Amino acid sequence: MRLNETPVLRVKNLIVRYGDGCPACQENLDKNRCALCGAIWAANDISLDVYPGETLGIVGESGSGKTTLMRSLYFDFTPTSGVATLRDHKDGQENIWGASAAERRMIRNIHMGMVYQNPALGLRMDYSAAANIAEKILAAGGRNAGQMTGRARELLEAVEIMTSRMGETPKNFSGGMRQRVQISKALANSPALLLLDEVTTGLDLSVQARVLDLIRKIKARHGISILLVSHDLAVVRMLADRTIVMLDGKIVESGLTDQILEDPRHAYTQQLVHSLI
Amino acid sequence: MVAIMEILNIVDLGKDFYLHTPGLEIKSCHGINLTLETGEFIGIVGASGAGKSTILKCVNRSYLPTRGEILYDSAAFGKIDLTAASEREILYLRRHEIGYVSQFLNAMPRTTAKEHVMNALILRGADARSAEAEAKETLSHFRLPENLWELYPVTFSGGEKLRLNLAHAMVKKPRLLMLDEPTASLDDKTKLLVRDMLQRLKGPDTGMIGIFHDIAFMEGLCDKVLNISEGVFVS
Repeated sequence: MRLNETPVLRVKNLIVRYGDGCPACQENLDKNRCALCGAIWAANDISLDVYPGETLGIVGESGSGKTTLMRSLYFDFTPTSGVATLRDHKDGQENIWGASAAERRMIRNIHMGMVYQNPALGLRMDYSAAANIAEKILAAGGRNAGQMTGRARELLEAVEIMTSRMGETPKNFSGGMRQRVQISKALANSPALLLLDEVTTGLDLSVQARVLDLIRKIKARHGISILLVSHDLAVVRMLADRTIVMLDGKIVESGLTDQILEDPRHAYTQQLVHSLI
Repeated sequence: MVAIMEILNIVDLGKDFYLHTPGLEIKSCHGINLTLETGEFIGIVGASGAGKSTILKCVNRSYLPTRGEILYDSAAFGKIDLTAASEREILYLRRHEIGYVSQFLNAMPRTTAKEHVMNALILRGADARSAEAEAKETLSHFRLPENLWELYPVTFSGGEKLRLNLAHAMVKKPRLLMLDEPTASLDDKTKLLVRDMLQRLKGPDTGMIGIFHDIAFMEGLCDKVLNISEGVFVS
């Protein structure tokens, strides 16, 4: 018997290119830029699967295409080509990048949650913490004010934000608190997939540990699948079951996280691991 | 009567490393053959750098073998070659069937000793209440003092960390347990304690492979001792 699992998310051959490109781009890439036509290949043929309950880590330096992948998945922009399917959307039979605007909104609000490195992208800084969560529930069709308040309270408690502060706006909160409000907002409609883009970058070490601890608890409690982007190998080591290494818009190596860290094969992965403090 | 069966068969295993900077190939082990049966405890000895840990890490798939087969008799999958199994299958086996213990603790920050052991069970699908009961029983079995259960293990001594590691691995009741120099940094008194625990771990359902520096430590504990030198088994 072999494991026969259906991925929560499947991405096939994602390309995000800026510029028209030319027939000889792939043979003339200087990092991710075509030396002939100047086209930028921000994501260059990315394929991956995320399975139920697992955390897939994506590591790589700035400009490697990590965030491009995440923001393509969350419809922040439309890729040049590629196919992405979600188990919970039309039984994984429809490319979400071909979905209508209304369907995209529903996918964003029901099937996925996103936590950005910059909380200002994920939160309305002039709405209260509770209203931020309610907004997400409203977008998914919720209309019962009492239920929305109850859900906001429950989620904020889960991320260790005092409910006495749920009426305050995130602009009054510290960086770590803002990230925790973002996480609770992302979980508002119990999505199957959580996208985490550099969520601990720029936070103090103790605040970082608290956020990581929270993510681990959420994973254990909800069995949620997580796609985790980080340039920090220590974060990936703590959270990810499997890891993908990206460089210049391409996947250069993938494997079990401990195998990537203990037996890296690609020159870039070796360089990354040897730089680990 | 419990039937003895082959749980692990390593055939012609080899592992090389290539370091891009400075462009160096390192041959770690080659031509490794080993058979382990249920209830058996094999000890591996050898000098530092001889390739002992490489073998265990290949079985655990922390290293990707360069050559050979590692045939494991899985309760879930039947006979499976660990060198070719999918990453998801390896993760499943680590959660349910294969334990790996070293002298180093690999616990999440802000996780108490009890939670660390509980997490091993929760990952297998146990509910929090039964996981807690089983974690407490296992921590007691490995004689970790109760006043340490609610503490973060980062401050524990080497012996305490090892007992926690053993509890974390054994709570899963693995069919295959690997011990990678677990006693390397322990004093003689703690080593005796660990030896006693390993003796008690031996049972008809678990096959064990251990790496130890100390040959005297293994006497009467291991059923077979293999000596490795420069990457190959020697008699």
